[in-house]
Amino acid sequence: MSESIAHHDAHHEHGPEKGWMRWVRTTNHKDIGTMYLLFSLVMFFVGGFMALVIRAELFQPGLQIVDPHLFNQMTTMHALVMIFGVVMPGFTGLANWLLPMMIGAPDMALPRLNNWGFWILPFAFTLLLSTLFTGGGGPAAGWTLYPPLSLQGGEGFPFVIFAIHLLGVSSIMGAINVIATIMNLRAPGMTFMKMPLFVWTWFITAYLLIAVMPVLAGAVTMLLTDKYFGTSFFTAAGGGDPVLFQHIFWFFGHPEVYILILPSFGVVSMIIPTFARKPLFGYSSMVYATASIAFLSFIVWAHHMFTVGVPTAGVLFFMYATMLIAVPTGVKVFNWVTTMWRGAMTFETPMLFAVAFVILFTIGGFSGLMLAIAPADFQYHDTYFVVAHFHYVLVTGAIFALIAAMYYWLPKISGKMYNEALGKWHFWLSVISVNVLFFPQHFLGLAGMPRRIPDYAVQFTDWNMVSSIGGFVFGFSQLLLIPVIVSAVKGRQQATDTVWEGARGLEFEALPSPAPYHSFNTPPQVR
Amino acid sequence: MIARKILTSLGVAASALFVSVGVARADWGALNMTEGVTQTSRDVYDLHMLIMWICVAIGVVVFGAMFYAMFKHRKSKGAVAAQFHESTTVEIVWTVIPFLILIGMAIPATSVLLDMADTSESDMTIKVTGYQWKWRYDYLDEGIGFYSTMAEDSHAARQLKSGIDPSEVDNYLLDVDQPLVIPAGKKVRILITAADVIHAWWVPDFGWKKDAIPGFINEAWTKVDQPGTYRGQCAELCGRDHGFMPVVVKVLPEPEYRAWLSAQKAADQIAVVSPH
Repeated sequence: MSESIAHHDAHHEHGPEKGWMRWVRTTNHKDIGTMYLLFSLVMFFVGGFMALVIRAELFQPGLQIVDPHLFNQMTTMHALVMIFGVVMPGFTGLANWLLPMMIGAPDMALPRLNNWGFWILPFAFTLLLSTLFTGGGGPAAGWTLYPPLSLQGGEGFPFVIFAIHLLGVSSIMGAINVIATIMNLRAPGMTFMKMPLFVWTWFITAYLLIAVMPVLAGAVTMLLTDKYFGTSFFTAAGGGDPVLFQHIFWFFGHPEVYILILPSFGVVSMIIPTFARKPLFGYSSMVYATASIAFLSFIVWAHHMFTVGVPTAGVLFFMYATMLIAVPTGVKVFNWVTTMWRGAMTFETPMLFAVAFVILFTIGGFSGLMLAIAPADFQYHDTYFVVAHFHYVLVTGAIFALIAAMYYWLPKISGKMYNEALGKWHFWLSVISVNVLFFPQHFLGLAGMPRRIPDYAVQFTDWNMVSSIGGFVFGFSQLLLIPVIVSAVKGRQQATDTVWEGARGLEFEALPSPAPYHSFNTPPQVR
Repeated sequence: MIARKILTSLGVAASALFVSVGVARADWGALNMTEGVTQTSRDVYDLHMLIMWICVAIGVVVFGAMFYAMFKHRKSKGAVAAQFHESTTVEIVWTVIPFLILIGMAIPATSVLLDMADTSESDMTIKVTGYQWKWRYDYLDEGIGFYSTMAEDSHAARQLKSGIDPSEVDNYLLDVDQPLVIPAGKKVRILITAADVIHAWWVPDFGWKKDAIPGFINEAWTKVDQPGTYRGQCAELCGRDHGFMPVVVKVLPEPEYRAWLSAQKAADQIAVVSPH
């Protein structure tokens, strides 16, 4: 009996398949994680290129580079690519790599679904990006796809809808896998309240995904039938209601922004204790705060719609509910700061990005609180103030967390240390330029510049120039990611098994660097 | 050390840039929300400043603690990590205090909101309709109405590679052929709708914007005490020329407004009769 078990174990110790078919057929969570992360990186440059087209046009008043229709396609596509092509796949890639290692599981619970979930993405994005070359161009009504404007779209419209369906399917499959893995494959002793916070935040995120991605699918399907099958869900002339779409969209859209940020909270909650050499302060309150934020995210959607003419009682409800989110979010920030307090800190690149995350995300939180105040929102709404707000939470929030995570776990993945000097360059260039890029957009919005305009009145010239310069420096600084990754793959300096002096958790304490192709074939015992 | 050098050189480059651009133009002052010209806009401005300063104060405390820790509690300074990691008391304290601060914000916000929503006892009503890409204004009590489209010189200058310097154009992108005219000191009720896609009608100096939605009629009001010309833009993406449908409102003293109204009515009569 024991011999057959030993034989069975040995049988599993094969390495990856040879040749390129490995990547097509793989069911290994590490392979799939790698593909997700590389896909996210490629899309980051695609979406970044679109952002630079936007910032180049906005460098000075007048139209110099693109016509307004192409400009609208760029803003729309930039958002869709960054949200669905960069942040979501980026965090799914991290989940694939890390969740099994963090909970002591041999792989994700549903490996074939995992493969499929990834391979949908390249096709979905090919479809989405190809619409830029169809008659009438790509989607140009903003990523929110508000009808009736979005119904004026060209031949590419149904392709956009189908691409969004595919992205939804992929996300739901990823989410099911995360939940199944966490529910079923935890090592003995890994109780829920011992799970690392990255696992917790992803667990909650996965529920959000399953709850809202079908809602988005429903909304875009109704757009499709309105355009091609004679329905009038959203056209007033046929008895429909354009505002209904906004309610449905934001019922998806607001939880979606937490889908983008909750895993970031998890990442930062892993990194700060490591470099403070001190346990995370208030672990259980972090879990409860995450759950509270997830719950609140379902009852605040109409704060995106204060100006559409929601009844006053509704405005009051959504204003109060939105303000409440500041409480659990504040708890998280206070916990991070207290974790740093009286630690013994060092500032390697992951820590630098994590600290910048806490500061800059909090600034985005402050502007978010300001936007929650409905009467003031009547001024802020649809101006560059909003653009500044969501870029602070998504770029210096979600993207910085992804970059921090990459620096933090890359040595565990590749087995080599990245080049720390390059990492420091990357950090300082990024953190300075991103503020030159986005901070002046607060001024522009408050001074009255609407968002989504290709050209502007001359009083907005100066800060737009500053913002564009920041944008170009930030954009080109991100190219440093490539030599950083190369340095971690081809580098000479071997990473230790724990990688960082203060690192805790199964992936650092129970596995060597690089993590073997198959890890935890027999589950570890967690104290 | 390297990082410090980079910082210094970037700082020098950035300040050089700021100075050179700043000398050429002088619009660095446009940093904050306008106080506007109505009681509503002043209330909104006060609310905005109140919330902003509360946020700044919280930021100073939180970031102050963080930077103190980052400078003092470094391994390189011989700091030894403490191992405390929970305290129910502090968790409760920093849940309750923000909650109380939020109540302090919600009270003035609610009162301003209720005031803005009260369109009763207005002196006159104007219907605003958004079109791709112009506005139409109908004076419901007077039976007159007209379209308002971006001025010709702005239109010429905004063409792709037009070669016209926008700073040479008066009120570039913010000027129209025929502005909305309203009397000073009167409560004007504004009904807002749209004919094709969703637009949003916004004059920052009045303190609010409201979406113009096909099939819906939204209500808002304004009462401007100071005669003058106030400019704004469409604030909801409405297609190709979303950036090119300005809102211009001319506020006239009551007698001048009456005179304008009669002239407008007379012109309308001629316009109705003459084509035949």
